[in-house]
Amino acid sequence: MESAAVPPLSSVAICGGTHGNELTGVYIVKEMQKQKTDKVGSVSITTVVTNPRALDAGTRYTEMDLNRCFTDVLLSSPVTESSPYELRRAQELNAQLGPKGSAEAVDLLIDLHNTTANMGLCLIFYSIDWITLHIYKHIQNKMSSVPVRAIQLDIPISDAYSLESVGKHGFAIEVGPQPNGVLRADIFNMVKEAVDLTLAWLQEFNSGRSYEGGTVEAYTLVRSVDYPRDSAGKITAAIHQDLQDNDFKLLRSGDPIFQKFSGETLKYDGEDLYPFFVNECAYYEKKIAFHLAQRKTFSFPSICVKKD
Amino acid sequence: MRPVLLPRLCRVAVCGGTHGNELSGVYLVREMLKTETRREDGESASVLMVLSNPRAMQQCRRYVDTDLNRCFTHATLNGPVSDGTPYEIMRSRELNAMLGPKGSRAAVDLVCDLHNTTANMGLCFIAYSDSDWICLHIFRYLQMPDTPMRFIHFDVSNKESYSLYSIGKHGFAMEIGPQPHGCVKSDIYTAMKEGVQHMLDWAGYFNSGCLFEGGLVDVFTMVKNVDYPRDGETRNIMATIHPRLQDRDFCLLHPGDPLFQTFSGETLTYNGNEPLYPFFINECAYYEKGIALSLARKKCVTIPSIRAQTEEEEEQASEQSFASEEEE
Repeated sequence: MESAAVPPLSSVAICGGTHGNELTGVYIVKEMQKQKTDKVGSVSITTVVTNPRALDAGTRYTEMDLNRCFTDVLLSSPVTESSPYELRRAQELNAQLGPKGSAEAVDLLIDLHNTTANMGLCLIFYSIDWITLHIYKHIQNKMSSVPVRAIQLDIPISDAYSLESVGKHGFAIEVGPQPNGVLRADIFNMVKEAVDLTLAWLQEFNSGRSYEGGTVEAYTLVRSVDYPRDSAGKITAAIHQDLQDNDFKLLRSGDPIFQKFSGETLKYDGEDLYPFFVNECAYYEKKIAFHLAQRKTFSFPSICVKKD
Repeated sequence: MRPVLLPRLCRVAVCGGTHGNELSGVYLVREMLKTETRREDGESASVLMVLSNPRAMQQCRRYVDTDLNRCFTHATLNGPVSDGTPYEIMRSRELNAMLGPKGSRAAVDLVCDLHNTTANMGLCFIAYSDSDWICLHIFRYLQMPDTPMRFIHFDVSNKESYSLYSIGKHGFAMEIGPQPHGCVKSDIYTAMKEGVQHMLDWAGYFNSGCLFEGGLVDVFTMVKNVDYPRDGETRNIMATIHPRLQDRDFCLLHPGDPLFQTFSGETLTYNGNEPLYPFFINECAYYEKGIALSLARKKCVTIPSIRAQTEEEEEQASEQSFASEEEE
C-alpha cells in the first residue's frame, strides 16, 4: 500500500459524561480541567463534560440518549426551548467542536464511555480512517493490562449518530466492565493510559515521525439479538452463564445464550459470529441483549504528516 | 443441653424490588408469583411474595422520592401524612399494614428482603441482631458450595431500625453481588433463587419439628463507614477505591494498607487504629450517602440448638406471657 501523507492533527477534544452515569470519562475530563491541561506539545486540547444535566441526575440521559443525536438530520433540525435537552445539547456541542463535516471541526474527537459488558478496552469508529487505525495499533502494542480491540460501525457519516462523528477524525473509547454510577480505579487508570498514549502519538506524528503500515483486526457489527420477552414486554431470561463475560469469544450454533428465569436454557441458532456488548445494562430498553460481529482484517499504509 | 424452643414460622414474606434497580429480587419474586409455589412439607408456612417498590421498578431506579429501605423506623411509620408525603413513605406504611404492624403480634414471622450490590460481597445476610437464632440457623443451613457467604450484623436498636426486614418478628436482607444495578446476571439470579428455596425448605423443616443442632457462626458487626475524600466546596469525590482494595470485600484491612487512589495517581492509606473487615466496597448507591466502604469486626457467635414449639408448648408460653402481663 502506498504511504499516505495526512495533515497535522493540532486540535483534539476529549469528551466525558456523554452518558451521565458512565463515570470514567467524567473524572478523566475533570482531572484534566483541574490540571488546566489545554495543550500537550503541538496539540491543543479541549475537554468537555458533554451531558452535565444527566451527570447531576446520575442517569444515562434526561430526555433522550445524547449519543444518538448527532446524525446530520438531527443536528440541523429546528430546536426550541421545549425541544428535548439532549437534542439542544447536541447542537451546542456541534457548534463548539464541529460543525460536523466542516473545515472548522476539531481534528480528533475522543469520546469516553463505559459499559457493564466485559469488553476490555475498545475503540469504536465509523470510517476506516488511517489515523484511527494507527492509533489503535499503537495503543494495542503498548497496553498489556487489558485486551484492546476495535469495533467498526459500517454506517455513512451523514447517518452516524454519535458524538465522535463530529470531529474530522473520531473514535469512542469504550471500557468495561464497570457498573453504571461506579468509578473503578483500574478502569480509570486504563483509560488515562489510552488517552495519554493517543496524545503522545499525535505529538510524534505532528513532529514528522512516520509510522509503518500493517494490518489490524477489527469487529464489524452485523446484527443484534434481543432478550426473550413476555407479552407485556418484560424480559423472561438472563444472558446464560456460558455467554456472560465472554464478549468476543466466537459464538456457534447450539451454544447457550439465555437462561430463562424458570430455568430453561435457550441456544443460539445462526452463523458463527462474535458477540459483544453482552449484558450491557443500558441496552435492555433498546431491546439488545448482545450485538454480533464479523471479524475482519484491515490493511493500512504507512503515514506521516503532510508538510506544507 | 436443651434446645431453645421458638414459635413456628407461620407466615414468611419474600420481598423484591425494595430498590427498583436491584433486579435479581425483582425477577425472582415475579417468577415466584407466576408459579405460586407453596411449601407442603410438614407444617407449611404461608409465603407472601411482595414487590416492594413498584414505581421505582417501573423506572428502573433505586427510588422515586426517597430510599424506601430507610423508611421503616417507628417514627417514619407513625408520623403525620400530607399531600406532599414522599411516595416511599406512603409505601412503607402500606407495607407495614400488609406485613406488620412492626412490633406487634400480627406481624409476619419472617421477612426476607432481596437486594443486590455492585460490591464483590458474594451472598450476605444482613440483620439487626447477632442473637436471632432463626436467622443465624437459616444462614448456617444455606451454605452453598460455589458462593461465599457472610453474616453481617448492624447493631441498631429496634426503635431505630430502618429497613423493611425489621417489620417481621424475624428478618434479614439477602444481599448478593457483584451485579451492576439495572442488570440481571444469571449466576447471581441462580444463587438468590437457591438461597430463597433453601430458606423456605428450612422453614418447612423447622415448622415440622426438626431439631437444628447448635454450633459456631462467624458474624461481622459493622463498626463504621468511611467516605471518599471530597472537595470542600463542591463535595465532589477526589479519589476512588484503590485497585488493591477494589473487590476485596471481607479481606482484612490493616492500618497502612492502600485505601484510595486520587485522580492524579496518589495512594491514600487506611489510618484506623485496628485491622477491620471492609464490605460494601464501592457500592454505587452509597456515593450519595457518603460511604466508600463499611468496616466491621468479626466475632464467633455460639448458636444454640433450636426446635419449633409444639402447639401445646406455644399455648403454655402464651398463657405464661399473658399471666406476666397481667401481673404487670
